[in-house]
Amino acid sequence: MSAEGVDLKKRRFLTAATSVVGAVGAGYVIYPFLASWAPSEKAKAAGAPVEADISALEPGQLMRVKWRGKPVWIVNRTEKNIADLPSLDPKLVDPTSEVPQQPEYCKNPTRSIKPRYLVAIGICTHLGCSPTYRPDVAPADLGPEWVGGFFCPCHGSRFDLAARVFKGVPAPTNLVIPPHQYLSDNVLLIGEDGGAS
Amino acid sequence: MKKLIVAFLLAATPLLGLASGGVHLDDADIDLTDQASLQRGARLFVNYCLSCHSAKYQRFNRTARDLGLTDQEVKENLMFVADKIGDTMTIAMPPADAGEWFGTAPPDLSVIARARGSDWLYTYLRSFYLDDSRPFGVNNVVFKDVGMPNVLWKLQGLQKAVFTEHEGQQVFEKFEQVSPGSMSPEEFDGAMRDLTAFLTYVGEPIQVERRAMGKWVLLFIAIFFVLAYLLKKEYWKDVH
Amino acid sequence: MSAMKNMVAWIDDRFPLTKVWNEHLAQYYAPKNFNFWYFMGSLAMLVLVNQILTGVWLAMMYKPDATLAFGSVEYIMRDVDWGWLIRYMHSTGASAFFIVIYLHMFRGLIYGSYRKPRELLWLIGVVIYVVMMATAFMGYLLPWGQMSYWGAQVIINLFSAVPVVGEELGVWIRGDYVISDVTLNRFFALHFLLPFLLAAIVFIHIVALHKVGSNNPDGIEIKKGPKGNRWSDTAPADGIPFHPYYSVKDIVGVAGFLFLFAAVIFYWPEMGGYFLEHPNFEPANPLKTPEHIAPVWYFTPFYAILRAVPSMAGSAFPGVIAMFASIIMFFLLPWLDRSPVKSIRYKGPIFKAWIAIFVVVFLVLGWLGTQPATPGKTLLAQICTALYFAFFLLMPIYSKMDKTKPVPERVTK
Repeated sequence: MSAEGVDLKKRRFLTAATSVVGAVGAGYVIYPFLASWAPSEKAKAAGAPVEADISALEPGQLMRVKWRGKPVWIVNRTEKNIADLPSLDPKLVDPTSEVPQQPEYCKNPTRSIKPRYLVAIGICTHLGCSPTYRPDVAPADLGPEWVGGFFCPCHGSRFDLAARVFKGVPAPTNLVIPPHQYLSDNVLLIGEDGGAS
Repeated sequence: MKKLIVAFLLAATPLLGLASGGVHLDDADIDLTDQASLQRGARLFVNYCLSCHSAKYQRFNRTARDLGLTDQEVKENLMFVADKIGDTMTIAMPPADAGEWFGTAPPDLSVIARARGSDWLYTYLRSFYLDDSRPFGVNNVVFKDVGMPNVLWKLQGLQKAVFTEHEGQQVFEKFEQVSPGSMSPEEFDGAMRDLTAFLTYVGEPIQVERRAMGKWVLLFIAIFFVLAYLLKKEYWKDVH
Repeated sequence: MSAMKNMVAWIDDRFPLTKVWNEHLAQYYAPKNFNFWYFMGSLAMLVLVNQILTGVWLAMMYKPDATLAFGSVEYIMRDVDWGWLIRYMHSTGASAFFIVIYLHMFRGLIYGSYRKPRELLWLIGVVIYVVMMATAFMGYLLPWGQMSYWGAQVIINLFSAVPVVGEELGVWIRGDYVISDVTLNRFFALHFLLPFLLAAIVFIHIVALHKVGSNNPDGIEIKKGPKGNRWSDTAPADGIPFHPYYSVKDIVGVAGFLFLFAAVIFYWPEMGGYFLEHPNFEPANPLKTPEHIAPVWYFTPFYAILRAVPSMAGSAFPGVIAMFASIIMFFLLPWLDRSPVKSIRYKGPIFKAWIAIFVVVFLVLGWLGTQPATPGKTLLAQICTALYFAFFLLMPIYSKMDKTKPVPERVTK
């Protein structure tokens, strides 16, 4: 192959320029294909914030609402439940909620806006099973020190009534607290906090 | 060779001219970038159309975003039946009942502007006339024996159509106002232009953005073309 | 040795990478006189890739169900981020594919690219065209609009016109007594499958091309000419390496094509009702036929031929035969042309006149296929149909008697 009279510099420059612009163009083409995998407007509408009326929720009771297809628990904790929480701290992995599994406004001892009401996503942080609500004190299967909490039937993870994970179980972190806000005393909006976080 | 290409293009031209045929359609002359017009059209749509016709692929929150309204404004002014801002514009009327009342179920209007065209909609909405032979007492010049009543008669008033005999056929000539409506003819035309604009927007919500994007895409490809052409020219210096 | 060279050597020991690169690109010598028409092959491949890629993505969001299909297209157009772009790339790509392929075939026609030794190459190409038509036809049912439905109804009824078994055949293709959910489902599956088959045949097409070498606007076999050029002493003197010369040239063609393609997508996605037909924005309704049914533009020449032939003895079969025969003509072409020269450049006035007639006839038939039939238009369609077949069937005679010009030894600019 002969190269007489070839301006190699110009060729290299033009090759590089065309390649770069072409690569940018390819990027622009690929982007819509990747972006189309994001939740569609339909999925977003189905996953819109949900309202929950908690006026009928008795102390000690749990109710479930569905948000983005996941169970969200709302628990009306008793005075005793709330009083028990600090005593569990030594047995917990993250008693002070350092790991950001909750909005900033729920980084407190009860992991909630109002101490009485726990709002948490009922999906175990281990492998995604939904733990069961076990408010009973010292049941045979959970041992004498159990003061109420959540127990995951899949792999035995345990959480207290502030949805904090106990040490020595498979789940690595506390349960997730979704963004939420009180529209009135008795109506909760789950999934949106008006930018409070 | 060049002649052949020219012949090719010339022969292709009749393909591009689309015959409209039938009744003359008025130019809707809509402007989809005029958000005020679209907002007025949306209000007319939800007040006069959305009780019988759905637009079941169009979401309220999308409408809010594209028309420059807040979700709250849409909730207060445009949503009567639906309760969530992410809902689509559906209606409660079961299609079977509707079929019985109107002879045929009122069609969904999501893409009606793409099926019929803006000019057709604009003309149709203004072309109802009194006709005692029809169940609702009205007929339409561009949609003969239409099943739909003239829901806009209070705004438009009532009009009758004048037909002339032409080679044994009834040919539409003009409308004559029988009784006035709450709007003047000019106001009514303006309102129908707004409604047509809204329906055209609903037909393809992305269209304004799409066209705006187009010029950047074409500019980018043009730059790429120039570079590729220079590159080709440089390499082809080798070829004698 | 650099790391890059090491890696290539490693691969070459296990896979003929450098060999393939040289044989098909860097040392594949193509005639140096390609003109505008020679862009179409690479563009056709680009569009095929576009169709497969956008098609696979659409399949992730589309629902092949008669009650959901129409809505799922609107879901793609409105609710999916950038879904509208992917859909328009696909719908515009379908028409672009046919435009490019028609130009590609026309190139073959005027430069005699179907003549010996390229008969098989041409036949494979016609097979690609037929598979493409089948794919496009099945794809057109998927939006489940009025034109989708009634267009498919009309075309499937062609098979019902076959004597004796026709009725059964139609029902078997539909899987129902009318076009229904079942039909939609199977058309979707086939519409997804056929493009991959198409890609495989395109590969075979290129293998065949590289065996015989590319034709050129002069219709001269460069392999039979003198040897030796600035790249190789043994390569044809009129050949240049495909890479980099034609790869950089094809990029220019690609850029030009993309400019037009993007212009349609962003400004005229419906193309005045030719790329996306207006009645197809009404959901399929088995009880109401649209006032005027016309197939998509790329089928209309053949549709016009179908309608031009009157039914005989109470059967619509003759029209169906004429339509299929009009496509079969392309398969026969390599053996119909008896001219001593390949390219139109050296053919005589009679052949040139027939090519011109054929182009006009094809376009007029295409236009007639979009129009409602009237007695005048039917007559015109019949004349055009006669001329269409005459172009092919009389070719052995007129191509022989035509006065040709002498073909030069070497390619011209």
